[in-house]
Amino acid sequence: MSGSIHLRGSIQRRLIVQLLTGAALLATLMFLVVQSYARDLAGQSQDEILAASVTAILDSAAVRNGDLTVDIPYFAFSMLGNISEDRVFYSITRNGDFLTGYPDLPKPTAATDTSPRFRTDSYDGESIRMVTATRRMSISGQPDFIEVTVAQTRYGLRQQLAGISRTVAGFGLGFFAIAALFGILAAQSAIQPLRQLAGSVSRRGLSDLRPVSAPVPAEMEVLVGALNGFMGRLKASLSRSEDLIAEAAHRVRTPLTTVRTQAEITLRRVDKPENRQAVREMIRAIDESSRAAGQLLDHAMVSFRSDHLEVEEVEICRLTRDAVSRVVPMADLRDIELDVTIPKAAIYVKGDAILLQSALLNLLDNAIKYSPPDSRVYVHVRAVETGVEITVQDNGAGFPKADMGRLTRRFVRGSNTETVVGSGLGLTIVNEVARAHGGQLFLSNRSEEGGACARLFFPLA
Amino acid sequence: MRYLLVEDNDQLATAVVDRLSLDGHVVDRAGNLGTAEDFIATTEYDLILLDIMLPDGDGRHFLQSHRAARRDTPIIVLTARSEVSDRVGVLDLGADDYIVKPFDFSELEARCRAVLRRQSGGASNVHSFGDVVFDPLACTLTVHGRDIRLRNRELRLLEIFICAPEQVFSKSKLVDRLFSYDVDASENAIEVYVGRLRKHLEGAAVQIVTVRGLGYRLSQS
Repeated sequence: MSGSIHLRGSIQRRLIVQLLTGAALLATLMFLVVQSYARDLAGQSQDEILAASVTAILDSAAVRNGDLTVDIPYFAFSMLGNISEDRVFYSITRNGDFLTGYPDLPKPTAATDTSPRFRTDSYDGESIRMVTATRRMSISGQPDFIEVTVAQTRYGLRQQLAGISRTVAGFGLGFFAIAALFGILAAQSAIQPLRQLAGSVSRRGLSDLRPVSAPVPAEMEVLVGALNGFMGRLKASLSRSEDLIAEAAHRVRTPLTTVRTQAEITLRRVDKPENRQAVREMIRAIDESSRAAGQLLDHAMVSFRSDHLEVEEVEICRLTRDAVSRVVPMADLRDIELDVTIPKAAIYVKGDAILLQSALLNLLDNAIKYSPPDSRVYVHVRAVETGVEITVQDNGAGFPKADMGRLTRRFVRGSNTETVVGSGLGLTIVNEVARAHGGQLFLSNRSEEGGACARLFFPLA
Repeated sequence: MRYLLVEDNDQLATAVVDRLSLDGHVVDRAGNLGTAEDFIATTEYDLILLDIMLPDGDGRHFLQSHRAARRDTPIIVLTARSEVSDRVGVLDLGADDYIVKPFDFSELEARCRAVLRRQSGGASNVHSFGDVVFDPLACTLTVHGRDIRLRNRELRLLEIFICAPEQVFSKSKLVDRLFSYDVDASENAIEVYVGRLRKHLEGAAVQIVTVRGLGYRLSQS
C-alpha cells in the first residue's frame, strides 16, 4: 500500500533538524560570548597588573640630591612574572629622553592625562601589551615628566584563553548534545500520537469501521474527526448495500417459491417426455436463481460479519457435528454416506459461530452435491499444533487443475460443474470466513482415490 | 404419520399436502396461527411444518410458546428469510430443522424423515404388505423374519410402492420422486433401484412387477 503513497519530507525529521539547528546556534553563541568575556577578563587582569607595575616603578621615582633616581622595586616585575613565563620589557623616559630600559620599545601614545595608557603592539616579533604612565615631578623647581612603560608578551594570556576556549567549547558541545537529545525525544514524542493512531487503524480487521475512540491530542482533532467521518460514511454505504442485497434476495425468493411449487405440480400432471423435460429445466433454472439469491445474501452477510467480527469461543467439534447433522438428509437423498471423524475433546476457536457454520455448511454442501450417488463423504476434524483442521473429502470429479487457483473467486465455478446447481459463491464464502478468522482454505485433489479435498484451517483460541 | 402444515400460501400448502399425502401421510393444513392452535388442541401430530411469516403473527412466537408448553412435537420451520443468522435463530428457539423456500419437495421429505427418525423412540410407522414388513424410519424391510437394511433410495422407492400397492407407477413419476432434479436422474437409474429391491424381496410373496410400457407395480403373488 505504501507504494502508492506520495511521500514528501518527514515531520519528525523536520522537527529534529529545526531543534538541532537551534541548539547548534545557541551553543555557538554561548561559546563566542563566553570566550570574548573571558578574553576581556583575562586582558583586564593583565592590564591591572601591568598598571600596578608601572605605578610601583613611578612611585619609586624620587629626587635625591637634585637628581632623579628610579629604583625599580623587585616586586614591580615579579608580580608580572606571576602570570606566566612571559617576557617583560620596560623603558623609562624623562621629558621624552630615554633613561633606561629597552630603548627600542614602541613609543607610547601621547599622554593626555596622568591615567595609564594601554596599548597593544608588537616588539621583537612578538605581540605585546604595554602600559604607559606619566608622573609629573618637580626637580629643582623645573617640572619634569617621568614616563614609565612596562610591556609584557601575551603567551600566558593566549594560553589562558586557549584553555578557557577549550573548556567553553566542551561546555558548548555538551549543551548541544543534551539539547539534541531532548530535541530528538521531543520530536519523537510529538509524533507518537500520530504513530499510535496509525497503528490502531492498521491493526484493525479488514474493515472494522468503528470510530476512533482513544484520546488524541487537540492538534489531531481535525484528522481524527475526518477519519471517523470517512469511516462512518463507508459503514453506512456498506450496510446500505447489505440491506439492499438482503431485500433483493428476499424479494426474488418469495415469488420463486410459488413458481417452483407450480412447476412441481405441473410436472406431476404432464406425461409427454418433451414437456416433462421442459418443466424439469424450468425447475432447475428456478433452483439456480434461488440458490444464487441465497448465496449472494450469504456472501453479503459473510462479508459484513467478517468486517465486524464478533469474536467468541466456538467449540469446533460441536459446530461440525451440528453442521453434519444438518446435511444428513441431503446426503441421504443421494445415498451418500457421511464418514465423520471428530475428536471427543472440545477444540475451541475464537470466532463468529454463524460464519464458521456457514463455511462448514458450504463445504459439506459442495461435497454432497458433487459426489456421485452411493459414495462417501469424509469429514475429519483434528487438532494440529497451532490450530484445528477440518477436512472434507469426496469421491467426485475433484477440482479441475486449471481452475484450482481461481475457485475461491466470486462467481467462478469449476469447468466440470455444469450439471450441478451452484452459484460460484460457495468457496468464496468459505475462503472469506477462513481469512476473517486468520485461517486458510486449502484445496487439493485426493491423489489415490480421486475426488476433491478441502481443508479448512483455523488457529486455536 | 400425521403432519400439521402451518402455511398461508395456498399454492405452496396444497403442493406440500399433495406431496406428503403421496407418501401415505395425513396432513392437516392451517392457514394461520389461530387455526394451528385449534388443530394442536385437538389432535396429536407427529410433525409440524411451520411458516415464519403468517397473517396473524410470527411463527417464531408460536415456536417459543410451543416449546415453553413443553410440547415435544418436532417442528420444521419453512422460511423465506434466508439469512443465516435467522436460520440459526429458529434452531435456538427450539425448531428441529429448517428449510429455506423455495425448496425441493424431496428435500422437505428427507428433512421430515430425518427429524422423525431422530424423534421417534420406536414409535412405529410400520407398513405391512403380504409377508413383508417395512419400517421407513428404521430403514428396514423384514422378509420372513429376516431384517434387511435399505439404503435411502431403495427405501423411498419401496415406500412409494407400499403406500399404493397394486398401483402402476411410470418410470418418469418414479424419477421425479426419487431423484428430485438431480443430474443423474434418468429412467435407466430407476431400473437399477427396482433391481435392488427385487433382490431384497427374493423369497417373499411380494414382488415388483414390470407392466410393459407403463411402469411398475408392487403386487402380492
